[in-house]
Amino acid sequence: MSAAPIALAERRPALHRLATFLYLRPWLVLALLLGPPLLWMTLVYLGSLAALVVQSFFSVDSSGQVVRSLTLATYGDLLTPANLDIFVRTAVMAAAVTLATALLAFPWAYYMARFASPRAKAALYLAVLLPLWSSYLVRVYAWRLILAKEGIVNWFVHQAHLDQALDWVLGLPVVGGPSLSVSFLGMFIVFTYVWLPYMILPIQAALERVPRSLLEASGDLGARPAATLRHVTLPLAFPGVVAGSIFTFSLTLGDFVVPYSLGNSSFFIGQAVLSFTGTAFNIPLAAAFTVVPMLIMGVYLTGARQMGAFDAL
Amino acid sequence: MNHNAIPAIRLDQVSRHFGELRAVDQVSLDILDGEFFTLLGPSGSGKTTCLRLIAGFDQPDAGRILLHGQDVTRQPPYEREVNTVFQDYALFPHMSVGENIAYGLMIRRVPRAERRQRVAEMLQLVRMPGLEDRRPFQLSGGQRQRVALARALILRPRVLLLDEPLGALDLKLRQQMQVELKAIQEQVGITFIYVTHDQEEALTMSDRVAVFNLGKVVQVGSPADLYEHPCSSFVAGFVGVSNLISGPLAQRLTGSAETFSVRPEKISLHPQEHSTPDGLCSVEGRVRDVIYLGVHTRYLVELDSGEDLTVVEQNRETTSMDVLVARGRPVRLEWHPTHNRRMGAAE
Repeated sequence: MSAAPIALAERRPALHRLATFLYLRPWLVLALLLGPPLLWMTLVYLGSLAALVVQSFFSVDSSGQVVRSLTLATYGDLLTPANLDIFVRTAVMAAAVTLATALLAFPWAYYMARFASPRAKAALYLAVLLPLWSSYLVRVYAWRLILAKEGIVNWFVHQAHLDQALDWVLGLPVVGGPSLSVSFLGMFIVFTYVWLPYMILPIQAALERVPRSLLEASGDLGARPAATLRHVTLPLAFPGVVAGSIFTFSLTLGDFVVPYSLGNSSFFIGQAVLSFTGTAFNIPLAAAFTVVPMLIMGVYLTGARQMGAFDAL
Repeated sequence: MNHNAIPAIRLDQVSRHFGELRAVDQVSLDILDGEFFTLLGPSGSGKTTCLRLIAGFDQPDAGRILLHGQDVTRQPPYEREVNTVFQDYALFPHMSVGENIAYGLMIRRVPRAERRQRVAEMLQLVRMPGLEDRRPFQLSGGQRQRVALARALILRPRVLLLDEPLGALDLKLRQQMQVELKAIQEQVGITFIYVTHDQEEALTMSDRVAVFNLGKVVQVGSPADLYEHPCSSFVAGFVGVSNLISGPLAQRLTGSAETFSVRPEKISLHPQEHSTPDGLCSVEGRVRDVIYLGVHTRYLVELDSGEDLTVVEQNRETTSMDVLVARGRPVRLEWHPTHNRRMGAAE
């Protein structure tokens, strides 16, 4: 009854020897897999970051040459009212954009996670990801055209006889401006649009991880759907919101394309850095400007970790 | 138990279809107040679907569900006075043990001091005092199960539904929990509706059992009823092991070719030369396999007429060496004909 065991194919003994060699040495496989990316990470990324940080401790003399001696004077230059304005402006915009994307993304992600049929879900995924396949710059400029005085938003407002309302909004201090395409309000709208996919996906992933039995248990114990949302769904989805907020916050902090396209002379951090590496040549100051958002994000990430945003990893 | 009272749960011709599949097929059941009632059946037999219909997580396609005489068929789960213990416990991971247990009270806006006190009482009941501040991930499987139980019982439901709650526990813990659950049920006095595929569990804990197969209820009765008077070969085979004899052999032994069953522990094993006293059934065969189980031994015997019978004998005087040697020996099986059970309907 016992048949002879079927022999394994032995067509390429050298390759098999290599495979066995690697199989018995998992540490070697790990080293080979991680080596190149780690090398890139250390030399290129961390190295250039280090160079940047070191630059921020240098200074510029009166003739515009970089003085390579360590000093805190450049950081002192950050503390002028104009520069502090830049930081506050950028941070407030980042916070506002984060809040807006969270509020918009949650219903969308909730629908995707809980109600969409598999086919609908695939279509919605596509709808969320498709904009990311096109050029970021093109999208921002498209919005500039949409929001311009001659653009389609204005046309709709005019058709709906809401011109006065729009004028009132544009007349508001700080957020208003000559038109939607040159105002903080316009920037806010475009930021929210471009970063929305980065908020939808983490929230949707977090919501999908909530087991259905938890929601049934909540209902079984007497909670109406609104109470279940408040006590069970939202707390469990919150780490997804935090994860998404890391993207929206940090991307807004560093961006210069949107403020440049839809802004005026009130600089954001990105524009300030660009100007100091360009026309107003002051590399150490540019570096110092860059270090500030790094520190802000460091604090933010630590807080996010405390709140469990990385638990799923 | 007052058997004239309104039943705790009445299922009236309840059906639930999923397309072509009849998950629950015209099931009618009365579950009495204060009894421990088990829904028993293999996977896919409809017992869990039935439980979910009673809880309200699913709506029947036909029929009515009555809770203490009141029609709750269209009521959502949060309006029914039943609570559920889930198979995966469904503890809220972002809350402590105390907050989990108090969840239902919190939803009903019970003041915090009273919540704290009742949580402490519940933890005493399930024998886990002082663990209010632990988190679910810090608990073992048995502890999580008790927290899930406490969370449901604290609301003093009239009926508690349990969906295979002991499935994930190891044997010793499961047997211990079976005894504890039964004790809690008797102490608290409410109706328990328990779903399981483990017939031993059903026999241990239940006052009455409903055996499910393919969406229908096949038989309802006390554990003893089901074991000693199974109404079909399915029940005979599912609740305990059973030997089914039919055809020419049945004709020879009982005078009729109708299928009957006889339980393995009712049969005794003898050497083939042994002469059978008058009036007893007797067949000859050879021991095909011997399974030593410590307390008793199971013999698989192939009869000369071709059928396979299972015989169970307690190892009162015999040791493992004695029984294992029996493999391959010719034997004679004997039993009293009163243990023969007719099956009734052909299944």
